[in-house]
Amino acid sequence: MVSITAPTPPAPPPRAKSGVVRWAKILGRELTTVAITIFGLLLVTFLIARVMPIDPVLAVVGDRAPADVYDKARLALGLDKPYWQQFATYIGKVFTGDLGTSVLTSQKVTDDIKTVFPATLELATLGTLIGVALGVPLGILAAVNQGRWIDQIARVIGLIGYSIPVFWLGLMGLLLFYAKLGWVAGPGRLSIAFEDFVTPITGIVMLDAAMQGEWEAVRDAFWHLILPASVLGLLSVAYISRMTRSFMITELQQQYVVAARVKGLSEWRVVCGHALGNALVPLVTVIALSYMHLLEGSVLTETIFAWPGLGRYLTNALLNADMNAVLGATLVVGAVFIAVNLFSDILGRLADPRAR
Amino acid sequence: MSDHATSPVSWHSWLTTTSPESRRQAKLGQLYRQWLAFKKNPAAVVGLVIVLALLLLAAFAPLIAQYDPLAQALDQRLLAPSAKHWFGTDALGRDIFSRIVYGTRVTLVIVMLVVITVGPLGLLIGCAAGYFGGWIDTVLMRITDVFLAFPRLVLALAFVAALGPGLENAVIAIAFTAWPPYARVARAETMIIRNADYISAMRLQGASQMRIVLKHIVPMCVPSLIVRTTYDMAGIIIIAAGLGFLGLGAQPPIPEWGAMISTGREQIFDQWWVATFPGIAICVVALGFNLLGDGLRDVLDAR
Repeated sequence: MVSITAPTPPAPPPRAKSGVVRWAKILGRELTTVAITIFGLLLVTFLIARVMPIDPVLAVVGDRAPADVYDKARLALGLDKPYWQQFATYIGKVFTGDLGTSVLTSQKVTDDIKTVFPATLELATLGTLIGVALGVPLGILAAVNQGRWIDQIARVIGLIGYSIPVFWLGLMGLLLFYAKLGWVAGPGRLSIAFEDFVTPITGIVMLDAAMQGEWEAVRDAFWHLILPASVLGLLSVAYISRMTRSFMITELQQQYVVAARVKGLSEWRVVCGHALGNALVPLVTVIALSYMHLLEGSVLTETIFAWPGLGRYLTNALLNADMNAVLGATLVVGAVFIAVNLFSDILGRLADPRAR
Repeated sequence: MSDHATSPVSWHSWLTTTSPESRRQAKLGQLYRQWLAFKKNPAAVVGLVIVLALLLLAAFAPLIAQYDPLAQALDQRLLAPSAKHWFGTDALGRDIFSRIVYGTRVTLVIVMLVVITVGPLGLLIGCAAGYFGGWIDTVLMRITDVFLAFPRLVLALAFVAALGPGLENAVIAIAFTAWPPYARVARAETMIIRNADYISAMRLQGASQMRIVLKHIVPMCVPSLIVRTTYDMAGIIIIAAGLGFLGLGAQPPIPEWGAMISTGREQIFDQWWVATFPGIAICVVALGFNLLGDGLRDVLDAR
């Protein structure tokens, strides 16, 4: 098969078509994973509800109900049906936004969570911003000075961050910065004086107050927010700085860094322009992961700071054996985890020119 | 052999020889070389010292603590740290230093129970998934993914809520949420090992699948799992303390550090020592395990 005709130019890669198809494939695969994970999540919460020693019927009718009332309630709850049928009903309910009623607040769990979630979002978002603002520079410094004392200090800071229980750090922060130094405001989201000034619109106090032009309230909200957010942020500095360091070390060993140096670019441009730009791709995933961990860390932080968010809602429900609320909150946190995971996957692909 | 035992120099040469005469010598020599590498890392040695101190404190708690950790003395309530009570006393007049010393036992029990449950479970699931592959792998890894998708603390909280508070239930809940990373590590190791020549040799010799997995793959995964476990200890301690802090873990009057912080919370602005010292204890021990894990990883997990 020796061809003596002029070699035909190689066919251009079929880009335009395959782009869409490939994206559809990727999306399909991601969505399957998400579907399986959500199914597992529901199965776990359902099983937890089943293994608990608290009788769900008694929670509805009280423990002195006569037998016929008890039986009627049992039928109404569908507890006589086989497990798989109960599970199917449970899934159906969850997807229509029905998570049951909280015994503690005697409101729909869905409504409760809608009220408390913005507070947690506010806390975790500022916490992540603080974590990124401190962790990324620290990681870069450690990578550039690999093996030197700055690197060692960054490593120890990281390990200390992994070793401090967040609730204790919160208590110590309150003791030092609120009680002793008076730099920040105490527990809660807003001082009592401002509470009536701000009508909730988005549920994020600082935003609401700013929209209503209550600048004093914005300031007050900020001084309430800064300590719990910093405590959470410090928690993620450890993780973010460690990962930044390892990504940066990988990038700094690449050929293009040598090329950039040979071109005579300043060290600053080499590190922050070239290497960091490429390290950003995996870093996006890390930041998303740390965001999820902060949502988790907020459970204990909110308890310390009397922060009216999802975490405190969950712990309050736990202490009062309010199972609908516990499982509802667990489900929401789990769903947010899955969503953030998916989001960071897609973002990671978008940020990476090779995968785009 | 007798002259080896008398002089440390010849011990050194016996251990580092490149031509060991027995299996035992080769094995000890390898351990010795790992120890030499480990010793070079000061942070890791600090970690080892902390962990050893923890073990010693737990073993000799009655000799070190001057007071009974449960003995209440209501006339001695909330005393500030002094020569008599190093870390002060709590709201029931109990000596905080003694309670922290006895608390090492509680911490160790929790950590040991979790590790004993989780290590073998993760190892088996991971090795089975990695060795057999196919649908077994798919199913096991999907289950693992579901658990990994969950926030660990929240899942543990939900479990304890269902099972009821208490030390045993806290251990079960933590173990239930802790195994997936172990399975992941064991699976990754197994995937590398299963294609090794020595495994093919075992197969040709007619070894059963069971024998190959248990006797030839599982032992090879152990080093990375030890590293993983040491790292995880800090996380387990912190989650256990969190459960204790919320009143869902060890119940009073057990001197559990998290629960001790919780009791000190009410007096945090007036009697700072009640909540401060147990927290420092948690930090120091968790840091010790983290440093040790870091050092062990460098030595054992060179790949």
